[in-house]
Amino acid sequence: MENKEKQVIDSEAADQILKQYIVVRFNKEQFGISINYIQNIVRMTSITRVPNVPDYIKGVINLRGEIIPIMSLRIKLDLEPDEITNQTRIIIVNVDDKLVGLFVDEVMEVLILEDEQIEKQTKEGTDKKSKYISGVGKLEDRLISLFNVEQIIAD
Amino acid sequence: MDTSQYLEIFIEESKEHLQSLNETLLVLENSPDEVDMINSVFRVAHTLKGMAGTMGFKRMNSLTHNMENVLAEIRTGNIHITPELLDILFQCLDALEQYVEEITNTGNEGEEAYESIISQLNDILKNGGTTSGAAKESSATPLLSPEKTDESKGKANKTELNEYEKNIIKKANESGMLAFALRVKIDEKSMLKAARAFIVYKTLEDMGEIIRTEPSTQDIEEEKFDQEFRIFIVTEHDKEQLFKEVSSVSEVAEVEVDLIEISDELATEEVPAVIQTPAAKTVELEKAVEKPKAAQPAQSKGDSGSKPKTNTTVRVDVERLDNLMNLVSELIIVKNGLETVGKGSQNANEQIEYLERITTNLHESVMKVRMVPVERVFNRFPRLIRDLSRNLNKKMELEMSGEETEIDRTVIDEIGDPLVHLIRNSADHGLEKPEVRISRGKDEVGHVYLDAYQDGNNVVIEVSDDGNGIDVERVRAKAIEKGAISEEEAAAMKDNEVIGLLFRPSFSTAEQISDVSGRGVGLDVVKTKIESLGGDIEVKTELTKGSKFIIRLPLTLAIIQGLMVELAGEKYAIPLSSIQTIEDVDISEIKYVQNEEVIHLRNKVIPICHLEKNLGIVRQEEQTRQKMTVVIVNRGEKLLALAVDSLIGQQEVVIKNLGQFLGDVKNIAGATILGNGEVALILDVNSLF
Repeated sequence: MENKEKQVIDSEAADQILKQYIVVRFNKEQFGISINYIQNIVRMTSITRVPNVPDYIKGVINLRGEIIPIMSLRIKLDLEPDEITNQTRIIIVNVDDKLVGLFVDEVMEVLILEDEQIEKQTKEGTDKKSKYISGVGKLEDRLISLFNVEQIIAD
Repeated sequence: MDTSQYLEIFIEESKEHLQSLNETLLVLENSPDEVDMINSVFRVAHTLKGMAGTMGFKRMNSLTHNMENVLAEIRTGNIHITPELLDILFQCLDALEQYVEEITNTGNEGEEAYESIISQLNDILKNGGTTSGAAKESSATPLLSPEKTDESKGKANKTELNEYEKNIIKKANESGMLAFALRVKIDEKSMLKAARAFIVYKTLEDMGEIIRTEPSTQDIEEEKFDQEFRIFIVTEHDKEQLFKEVSSVSEVAEVEVDLIEISDELATEEVPAVIQTPAAKTVELEKAVEKPKAAQPAQSKGDSGSKPKTNTTVRVDVERLDNLMNLVSELIIVKNGLETVGKGSQNANEQIEYLERITTNLHESVMKVRMVPVERVFNRFPRLIRDLSRNLNKKMELEMSGEETEIDRTVIDEIGDPLVHLIRNSADHGLEKPEVRISRGKDEVGHVYLDAYQDGNNVVIEVSDDGNGIDVERVRAKAIEKGAISEEEAAAMKDNEVIGLLFRPSFSTAEQISDVSGRGVGLDVVKTKIESLGGDIEVKTELTKGSKFIIRLPLTLAIIQGLMVELAGEKYAIPLSSIQTIEDVDISEIKYVQNEEVIHLRNKVIPICHLEKNLGIVRQEEQTRQKMTVVIVNRGEKLLALAVDSLIGQQEVVIKNLGQFLGDVKNIAGATILGNGEVALILDVNSLF
C-alpha cells in the first residue's frame, strides 16, 4: 500500500517536472523552453568560430571537455543580432543526444504550465518565428511563447 | 531466457574461437596427423556449439553439432583427414563466420542453414571419410552400420566401443560412476518418435553424461531410426533408477538397461529388464514436448526485431588497468598536495611538476589501453593466401613479421580491407606463374611478405612480394590507351609518377580480369581508406624482382602532434604528420602561374593557399607585410604552401569531433581543447588540395 502511494506521488512529481518551463527573454518578449530538453545553463564563455557552417551557428565552446556547437536563436528567428551582456546565458539542450547551446538574453524563472494554460499553435506560420513556436502559455496577464525545440534542432 | 546481455561476450568469444579454429585448420592442412590440433579443433567446435545453443542460435548450433560429429570420428581415428575434408571444414569455418557477422550486425543468426555443408558432413560420416581409401576401411564401424544395430537388438551394449569411449568409461569407473547401455523402444503407434526420443535423451542427460548414441544424435533428432535407439551413459545413478526414469516417458514401449564393464574388454554383465509400458498418452507430457518446439520460433521472432549493433570492445590486460588505477591514485595524492599549497606548507611548483608527470603517464597508459596488436588483422591472411594459392594455381607462401606491433583499435578495424586488396594484388599481379618463376631462376614457390613495425609516431605496414614488380612501361601504355594521360604527358612523366597512376580510380593493368583482382576498384580505394585514417601509402618496385607497398599509419587517431598557428586572431592546429617544412617567404618572391600565386622553393613550384578563403575569415584591415610565413604541407607527392600570420608552436593535440549536430564541416578535421580551456579547430589538410 505504502509503495503504491509513493508511486502515485512520484508520478505526480514527474508530471510536474514535465510541465516545467524555463522562461527566457529576447528583447522584451518572453519565451519558454521545456525543462525536458535542458541539460545545463552556462554563463557566456569564449566561443571559437567555425567556418563553412550556417550563419546561425556562432561557433563551439568547451563544456567540461566536450565540444558543443552554439546556435543563435535570434538569427534563426530573424531577430536582430545578439548583444552579449552580463545577463546573456547559454542554454545547453539535448535532443536525441545532440547537444546544442542556445544564446538567450536572460534566464528569468522556472514556471509550471498546465495543459489548459497552453494554447497550441494551430495556424501554419509563414514566418520563421511561428515555425519554431509550438504554443503560447498564458499565466495571468503574461504571454509566453513556447519553443518547439525539436524543430529548432532538426532544421 | 533473455540472452541479449551476453551477446557481446558471445560475439567476442566466438570470434576468438573461430580465429583459433582457422589457425589450427591451417596447421592441420600441413600436418594432418597432429593429434593436438585435432583435439583443439574438436574442442573449439564443441565450445561454439554450446555457446550457440545457449544463445538460442539454432542453425549455428546445428552446424557445429554436425562438425563435431565428424571431428569426433576423426579424433577416434575412424576417419582420416583428407584435403577434401579440410575444404569442407574450411567451408564450415566460413559459414560460422557468416553467422557471427550476421549476429554482430543484427543480433540474429539469419536464415541461412548451410544445408549443403551439413549434408557433406553427413556424407563423410556415412562413407567414413570421403574418398580416402584408408578411411573406407574404417567405414565398417558398427556405429554407422544399420545391420549391426539390428543384430544387437536385445543386447543393448553389444557394440564395439572405441578407445576414446572406453577411456571415459574407465575414468568414470575409477571415480565410482558406472556406465550403462540403454536400448529404448518407442511405441509403434507413436506420432512423435523423435520428440519421445528427445525426452528420453534429455532425461538421461540430466542423470549423467551421454557418451554415445546409436544412431547418432542428429539422426535421432531427425527421426532417422526405426523404433528403437541406444544410448550409452556414464552416471552415478543405478540401473533401477535409470530404468524407472526412462520408462516413465510416455510412449516408451521397452527399456533395457545393461551395465558396461570395461575391465575385461567388453565382457558385459547382461541383466535385461524389459517391461511394457502402456502406450497411453499423457496430456501433460504431450505439452512438454510441444513446448520447446513452440518456444523456439517465438524466441527467434523476438530476436529478429531490429537489435542495435553491438559496441566495439577492447580486451585489456589487467596489468594495464592496474597501472591506470595507480596513476589515478597518484592524481588524488597530488590534488591533496595542492590543497595544502595555499596554506604555505608546500611548494606549488613542485606539486605542478609532479602533476605534469602523472598526466603524461596517464595519457600514455590510456593510449596503451586502446592499442591492440596488428595480429588481430594479420591472422586472417594465412587463410587468404591458402585460398588465393588454390584459386590462382600458383604456389605461394606468406611470411609475416611484427604481428605484435600495436596500433589503435579504431585503425585496426579499418585497415583489414586495404591489406586484403594489397595481398590479393601481390598474389595475382605480382607473383608470376610457376613456369615463369622457374625460367627466371626463382624459387617455384612465390613469397608474399607482410611486415609491421613501429617508426616513431607511426606504424608502418609493408606488403611486398618477390614477383614480377610493376612494369612501368606497361602502365604508361595502358594509361595512354585509357586516355588517362596524353602521349606527351606520358613521355614527360617520371617512373614514380607513372606508378602513382595506379592509385587513380578505375585503373587496372591485369590483362585478364580474374576473380581475385583486376577490376580496377582496388588501389584507389586502398589509398582513400588509408588517407582517411591519416596515413599514406607509397610503392617501391623493381621489374622482375618484386614490389613493395608501404603503408604508414598514425599510432593513434585520438592524439596527434600538431603545429598551432594563428590566423587573424584565430588559432588552428595543423597535423604535424602532413607538414614538410616551414618557410619565411618574401612577398616579392611570390610569382604568378596561370593567375595563381606560387612560390619557387628548392626547384619546386608550390601553389600558395590563403586560408582566409577556405576558412571564411574576414580581416578587419589588410595586411601590409614584407614577409609571410608559409607552412608547406603535402598530400602524397603534392605540395601546398599554407599562408599563416604567425606560428604558436608544436603541441600534443587531443582530437575531439565537433559533435553530432554539426557533423562534418568542410576543411575542418575536428577540434581540440587548449590549455586555457578554449577550443581550437584542427585543419583537414587533405581537403585543401
